[in-house]
Amino acid sequence: MQTLTNRAKPVDRSPMTFMEKMYLPAIFTGMGITLKHLFRRKATVAFPEQKRQFSPVFRGLHVLNRDEEGRERCTACGLCAVACPAEAITMEAAERKPGEEHLYREEKYAARYEINMLRCIFCGFCEEACPKDAVYMSETFAPANYQRKGFIYGKQDLLIPNPKADK
Amino acid sequence: MAEEKKLFKVKIDNITVEVEPGTTILNAARGIGGDVVPPAMCYYSKLQGSGGKCRTCLVKVTKGSEADPRPMPKLVASCRTTVMDGMEVANITSPEVLDARKGIVEFLLINHPLDCPVCDQAGECDLQDLSYEHGAETTRYEFKRRTFDKVDLGEHIQLHMTRCILCYRCVFTADQLTEKREHGILDRGDHSQISTYIQQNLDNDFIGNVIDVCPVGALTDKTARFKNRVWFLKPVDAHRNCDNPKCCGKTVLWMRGNEIFRVTARKDQFGEVENWICDTCRFDKKDVKDWVVEGPRNIDRHSVISQGHYVNTVQPKDPLVEVLDGRQPQLLFDIHTTSQVNRPDIDLSKIDGPAHSDDFNKPKS
Repeated sequence: MQTLTNRAKPVDRSPMTFMEKMYLPAIFTGMGITLKHLFRRKATVAFPEQKRQFSPVFRGLHVLNRDEEGRERCTACGLCAVACPAEAITMEAAERKPGEEHLYREEKYAARYEINMLRCIFCGFCEEACPKDAVYMSETFAPANYQRKGFIYGKQDLLIPNPKADK
Repeated sequence: MAEEKKLFKVKIDNITVEVEPGTTILNAARGIGGDVVPPAMCYYSKLQGSGGKCRTCLVKVTKGSEADPRPMPKLVASCRTTVMDGMEVANITSPEVLDARKGIVEFLLINHPLDCPVCDQAGECDLQDLSYEHGAETTRYEFKRRTFDKVDLGEHIQLHMTRCILCYRCVFTADQLTEKREHGILDRGDHSQISTYIQQNLDNDFIGNVIDVCPVGALTDKTARFKNRVWFLKPVDAHRNCDNPKCCGKTVLWMRGNEIFRVTARKDQFGEVENWICDTCRFDKKDVKDWVVEGPRNIDRHSVISQGHYVNTVQPKDPLVEVLDGRQPQLLFDIHTTSQVNRPDIDLSKIDGPAHSDDFNKPKS
């Protein structure tokens, strides 16, 4: 039979020597390797108690930012949605009414803002595209969920707490 | 025998073109097309008397004519300067012109607010394109931009005076298309503003065309205000038999699914309206049943409007159903059961004017 590569090796079918028949040297060599690793530095961390540090450029779960006065910064310009390669972001805009100036920074705001975390690939393009510094990616990841509907993040899930209201 | 018309030979950026006497340099350049066409913010070929205000179409005349070959001493506005026989014009080949245009863009942007994220014109704005192609990256202006008292122009047209660049196109439109012009430019200098003399509604049959001629977002459609961004909508050509004899009924519908968010006139490659449309077509016919849809409109591939619109795609055959012996795959999650966006009971395109918080906070029926 012609071999596909020149790396093929024929199987060695010669009978085992006495040392090989004893098996014990091979077992002790293997155990030695195992024991050696017990005293080495561990490659894993005990996750819930101990957390690994994120890199400074880590891109995690999105947040919608507010300004110093607690007004929503997002003006529903749609640049994050058009920049999103996974088409995870959708929104609907509304006009600010008189009397809502303490809620929304601009004349127009996002009445609905949704990120589908099932689609999101955490590329950070939305954060980059945002002209109003409204979308940021935080240093947490989207928590696991038993159902798919838990991954549709609306405005109430994304907005940071109002600094004015909590005082 | 009719006397043969003498054609003038003009050289624009070393491209020779023959045009009739009386043609402006801008129109001669438009005959060539491509990159040599100077941008124009105020000139509008369908409006008589327009042009000469924004100065973005400045070009350098390097040779006046065959008879008088001296160059013109200053840069000239190409929309107002007629050609002479043997004239030689430099547009993009002259660094002086490009530099002057950069300055003009800076002047136009001095008082223009940076509210593109809010503005409905963003994505199809002439000033946005102009500053992107010819302007500087940053502003050097450190003072307060001018602001105005809000003027209400009625239920169809929204005026944002801060965005206006005073091109006068809307004034010419109202003069030449409608029976009675009700708005104009009041005051002068830095204070000049578009306004009706005493608060008056603009309510004339063809007044909606001021929205289309406006090169910036100063005049926008109130019925489509904040409803959607232009690049999320799909433009389709459509027509209807309009009762108005002056209206052609040929429009572009800006649709999403079966909803019509906005109706505009068709614009040609220079951003000018091909045919004027009446206000009934523009503001009142927001139902697919009113229109005969001709097909998707051809949008320049480099325009943001073509973003996310996939044309001529070939969808590969999905072998899953075949593998499953004809069974359809089980749908594990329907996004519409959870998503709050695009709720069928909130028909955004049917709301008069912009949506407000109470439109969204309707209890789910």
